[in-house]
Order: sequence, then C-alpha cells, then structure tokens
Amino acid sequence: MDALNFLSKKEEVEKEINELKSQIEEKKRVLETLVSNQNKHNLTNWEISRYSRQILVPNIGIKGQESFKNGKVLIIGAGGLGCPAAQYLAGCGIGHIGLVDYDEVEENNLHRQLLHQENSIGTSKVRSAAQALRSINSHIKVDEYPVQLNSLNAIQIMQSYSVVIDASDNPSTRYLVNDACIMTKLPLVSGSAVGMEGQLTVYNYKGGPCYRCLFPDPPPPNTVSNCGDAGVLGPVPGVIGTMQALQAIHILLESEGVLSSKLLLFDGADTKFRTVKLRGKSAGCVVCGENPTITRLIDYEQFCGAPANDKHAAVNLLKPEERITVSELRTALKEKGKPVVIDVRSKTEFDICRLPGSVNIPLADIEKQSAQNTLKSVISKSPNPNEPVYVICRRGNDSQKAVKKLRELMLLNQDFFDVRGGLHAWARDIDHTFPIY
Amino acid sequence: MMTSECMPVTLEFGGGAELLFNNLKEHELQLPNSRIWTVRELLIWMKDNLIAERPDLFFHGDSVRPGILVLVNETDWELMGELEYEIQRKDKIMFISTLHGG
Repeated sequence: MDALNFLSKKEEVEKEINELKSQIEEKKRVLETLVSNQNKHNLTNWEISRYSRQILVPNIGIKGQESFKNGKVLIIGAGGLGCPAAQYLAGCGIGHIGLVDYDEVEENNLHRQLLHQENSIGTSKVRSAAQALRSINSHIKVDEYPVQLNSLNAIQIMQSYSVVIDASDNPSTRYLVNDACIMTKLPLVSGSAVGMEGQLTVYNYKGGPCYRCLFPDPPPPNTVSNCGDAGVLGPVPGVIGTMQALQAIHILLESEGVLSSKLLLFDGADTKFRTVKLRGKSAGCVVCGENPTITRLIDYEQFCGAPANDKHAAVNLLKPEERITVSELRTALKEKGKPVVIDVRSKTEFDICRLPGSVNIPLADIEKQSAQNTLKSVISKSPNPNEPVYVICRRGNDSQKAVKKLRELMLLNQDFFDVRGGLHAWARDIDHTFPIY
Repeated sequence: MMTSECMPVTLEFGGGAELLFNNLKEHELQLPNSRIWTVRELLIWMKDNLIAERPDLFFHGDSVRPGILVLVNETDWELMGELEYEIQRKDKIMFISTLHGG
C-alpha cells in the first residue's frame, strides 16, 4: 500500500469510528429518555444516585430535584455570604449558577470566604469561587461575571436567572439589586452579616414588599458599618449565606417557608434566632408601588451618597497644615521627648497593636466627659504640656474627625495634629514589623 | 413608685443600635402610668433619658433615622400605627439597625 492510499484508508476508518461514536451517544440519549419516560421524570440514573440523599427528603423528591436541575440562581457577591450560598447550591445540583463580583481575593477574606484558597489571593473572587464550585460539581453550569454590578449591566446579567441572591456588602448595591429585581420581576433573597449578627429576608416575592418598601430612604453613610471596620466572625455570614441558599431552594420549589414579609434576625452572640413580621408591599413605593416613579435604574452611589463597595476612600476634613506625615511623627517622637499621642481606634483595635506610649481614647467616646478628663490629665502630666498633641488611627480618617471634635470641645489652648495615613502608613513607611489589619 | 403606677416595657436593640445605648441589648423600663404613652413619646423619653451617645446616629426629626426598623412585639411598627401606637403593659419594642455587610 503506498503512502497516499494508506492515508485515505486511515481517514475513512477514523470517520467511520466517529460516526459510530456519535451513534452510540445518540442511542445512549434514546435509552436515557426511554428509562426516564418509564420513570416519568427526566433525571438520569447518575443524577438519582448523586442526589439520592436529598431526593429521599419528601419535601424535595424527584420533582424537587428536577426543579434544581432547571434552576437558575444569580449570586451578587462572592464573599462571606456568597461563598456558602454558592457552595450549597452547587452541591444540591442547581443547574445554572451565576457569580458577580468585581473584587479580588485578599488574605483577610480567607477566614470566612471558604471557597477561596490561599493560592487564590490576588486573583478574581469570581474565578476562584467558580473553580471551587466546578470541583464540587462538574455537572452544573457556572457563569462568571468578574465585574462591578451597575445600572448599565444589572438587568442584562439578571435576566438569564430565575432567583437573585444579594450577598453584597453595601447599601448602594443593595438598592441597585432591589430595583433591578423589580424591573426583571425576580425574587430577591437578601442576606447581610456584620460582627456577630445576621439578617435575612426575601423581597419581591408573590406580592410581598421590596427593599424600598421597608427602607424608602438610604441610611446616612456614617451609620453604615462594614466587616472591615466592625469585624465579622466567619460562621455568622456562614449561617446567613447557607440560609440564603435554603431560601433560593424554597423559591425554586415554590414551597412554604419563604421569608417574604418576614425578617429573620440571627444573633450569634447569644445564639438567638427570631423571625419578625414585616409590612406588606407599599402602595406608594417608588419602584414597586402603584405609580412607580423609578422605572429605569438610577445612579445608586449618588442616591446613597456612598460608593458601591465597602472599601475606604480617604477623607479630607482638615487643612494640609493641620496634618503631619508619619515621618514627621517619628521625628517628633525622637526629638521632642514624649509628646502626647492619642490613638482614637476602638479598644479592640488598640489591643491588636499600638505605638509605644500612645493613649487610647476611642472616637466614639471622645465627647464624653471621662474621655476629656483623661486627655487633660495626660496632657498636664506630659513633659512638654505645650507641645501639640498627635492624633492617630488606623488609616487617617477617624483621626481627622477626632481632631475636629477635639478643637471644638477643648477650651484649653491646645494644638492637635492628625497623622496622615495612620498606623497603616506607619507600618508601610516607618516600621515594617508593625502589623497591618 | 408603686408597680401599679408604672407600666413595664422592654426595649431591645440590635444590629449595632445597642452601641448607642450603653452597649445593652435589653432595657427593662417602668414608664409612669399617669399618661398614655405612644411610640412618639417613648422616642422623646429615650432621647432625654436613655441614649448614651451620638443621638444623631439614632434619631431623625421626631422619628428614628432611615435604616432603623422598629418592631412592636415582633411586628413591624408600620402595621401597628408607627409613632401613634399606644404602648401597652409588657410590650416589647425593638430597634434594629439594618446590616449591609456580607
């Protein structure tokens, strides 16, 4: 056989093999359909085996598993709430999961955002979480949206899904997700957690209220606490995120137990769960009421007066001459001999790390008489009572607020300076052994 | 004051609102029984007698600031008459600051 002849014969056989292979695949599908028709459902034997332990639960059954298979759930945020929610939904075999998050994995996420690994630090959260989900369940579809959800992309992303889980971390995003859910007619499972507490409810479900029915006006930005400042214990968002998955399941199953017009409050400090009754849909609601005035997505950062993230923007409350740098602080500490340094962080933070000799007066206490007495006594006992007082905090924002307050409050003729960039700057520029949190 | 002249009421705080009330989640009150107490009057009383710091983070006008949910006996105050609700003996009024983190 010459070379040309050999090649054409080989190609012919290969083609036949491929045809037979696709015939086998086709026959397998016919058999599957035959079997499932016989069984009166569309689950394969493999699916029955894999999900058997939940199919056995009467509330789920074959019908429930079919709903899971056809279920499409979008999760906004792949953090402390989004990770456990996504993990359980993937485990259950929810056929299509979407993940939205613009952010990257940071080391301080790992204690609670358990889909992310040490080696994913610095990579996209969505990428990292999606990979973890695929290794939990390779048979589901996971869509990745490594973007900041905003008024331009929200509806486009959301309309491919049947349930939305809000696992975000700021009011601007929460209003955006709410309004977009009204416009796309999707139920919204809303969870949140800070410190030792969590909250959970479902909006826009079967005539129930939406986020705006409850909270027509956004909270003042200075009253919004976040995990980066107030801290959060991992299992707390773990509980809430897991229950968000359960709520999404209830919605897919159209079963009882959906927290519509109800709010679940979880207090992890004294291990208390409480479900309270909420108002119904508000006729006057600007987005879901009878005569809505918001019919297109708006600028939510402007509406809330705060960015759609929980990061810290540097504030500028003081004039440049009222602030010093960390190197100037170091010089003052060296040359002036024990100037008074007031640290305005919380006591918990002060216990983590502090400048030697600094005195802790938390910003929250600064207006209290006791705090002012402490300050006066520290100043009067210092070697140079006429020297300026230096005020420091974690990043150089609260220290400016404190300086402003102290100037208003202190009658004595005392100079106060805040330290730009706070202890983070100190750790970066002066003392590399100083911890950063 | 004798018990019969007082109305026992429990206030509960959560979601961080307790930080403004001496970090106490539960306050047992004995309100003078000499008058009718609405939530509106309770808020005025709280402003004058109970809040420990930064009232601007809790009150707004004659009500609470946006983002604080008020519950009367575990029911949204909106269903109970809001500021005009007449407080009864042994009522439990909760003030829950909404959380946004995740």
